[in-house]
Amino acid sequence: MDVAWSALSLSLQVAGWATALNLMLGIGVGYLLARTRFVGRDLLDTLLTLPMVMPPTVLGYYLLVLLGRNGWVGHWLQVSFGINLIFTLKGAVIAATIVAFPLVFKPARAAFEAVDSQLEEAGRVLGVSEIGIFLRITLPMAWRGILAGVLLGFARALGEFGATLMVAGSIPGKTQTLSIAVYEAVQAGQDAVANTLVLITSVVCVVVLLGAGRLAPGRVAHRP
Amino acid sequence: MPKSPLKIALAAVAAWVLSAAAATALAADLTVSAASSLTNAFKDIAQIYEAAHPGTKVRLNFGASGALLQQMAKGAPVDVLATADQETMDKAQREGLVNAADRIDFARNKLVLIVPTDARLMPTQLNDLTQAGYTRVAIANPASVPVGRYSQTALEAAKLWTALQAKAINTQNVRQSLDYVARGEVDAGFVYATDAALMKDKVKVAFEVPLDTAILYPVAKTATGNLAAEATSFINYLATPAAQDILGKYGFAKP
Repeated sequence: MDVAWSALSLSLQVAGWATALNLMLGIGVGYLLARTRFVGRDLLDTLLTLPMVMPPTVLGYYLLVLLGRNGWVGHWLQVSFGINLIFTLKGAVIAATIVAFPLVFKPARAAFEAVDSQLEEAGRVLGVSEIGIFLRITLPMAWRGILAGVLLGFARALGEFGATLMVAGSIPGKTQTLSIAVYEAVQAGQDAVANTLVLITSVVCVVVLLGAGRLAPGRVAHRP
Repeated sequence: MPKSPLKIALAAVAAWVLSAAAATALAADLTVSAASSLTNAFKDIAQIYEAAHPGTKVRLNFGASGALLQQMAKGAPVDVLATADQETMDKAQREGLVNAADRIDFARNKLVLIVPTDARLMPTQLNDLTQAGYTRVAIANPASVPVGRYSQTALEAAKLWTALQAKAINTQNVRQSLDYVARGEVDAGFVYATDAALMKDKVKVAFEVPLDTAILYPVAKTATGNLAAEATSFINYLATPAAQDILGKYGFAKP
């Protein structure tokens, strides 16, 4: 079952990197949208939410056209840095990151909005710096909401299929993630392989969802 | 009379269900599963077939032959199956999805190696693909796509299959290989001559890949379809001059 294990490993790598990126980006963007007022804030929120409602194939096409050898970004990366993203694990990470991003920044924004601003004010009165307030008051209070979103984002990144297939292809041992390996196995009529892959995927997803459930905002009440 | 939104919604659903039921009762929907390489030719043929046979609506379903077979094996309601190779049809026959007596070859194709039009390198033989200038080569997945199997056979005969594994970009069907070459995402790709001809402005044929066995397309009425008469009529139509003209226009040779 080499196919299954290499696919699982690739899926975890893609989802892991995508989640790490989304954790940083999601906290940044979520905080920005929750705490600042600027022209085009709603438009930015809408644009960043698009990957959640847009078909993955549309997203995959955008990425292929942008990041491909002849795309604006892809050509520039190739010429300036010799970086190529199409048919690589990096390409898969980018696709998964974008697809999962709304699931991370939306809860983060809501979590930041739910933090009682009087507590932050109290910190300010007591002379805590703005960075200190963020790190010691705001972030710890919003943490559970952020983490629940991050876990959902991890699960979404793990299951990414459409955009990934278009951007990263299906190269066994290189870009063939679990969901793509399942597709290939079913197309080729290899039911035994498909069964194993499906079972592994299901177990991983259940574990992630259980984890997300434990961190859901409803449980915040138990906090001391 | 004021109506509640719920009543309007229910009426709309009821109307939709009734119209759908009426539509299925009136026209016969002939489902034809055909290999990706047949996409353009079969769309044209379906159009003139429908014009000549009012009352029959041809529903076309394209994909890699192996994928089409798996759909049928899992119970997809298909009336006609047209594949790009004999092997997939043989499998369909072994699984009892088609009967040996019902299959007939209707077209012939060629395997070619293509490169993007603006490519700096022009391969003249399979061996050239091992050069450093070629970093990625699109080869359809041999497990489910006939053109991938033809490519594998040719590369194995040239003792290059293993050497090219590191450069191979697996694709889901022949049209994806064509698309990747046209976009310049790969340096070369294996497709049928008929596919290459569709994108003359973006890809150029380097050479025809020699094969020991001919690429013959079989078509068959399925054993499970419930429109046997219409299926036979469509298959017979493929042999008519009108249909053969269309196939010829796209570059398919007579069987």
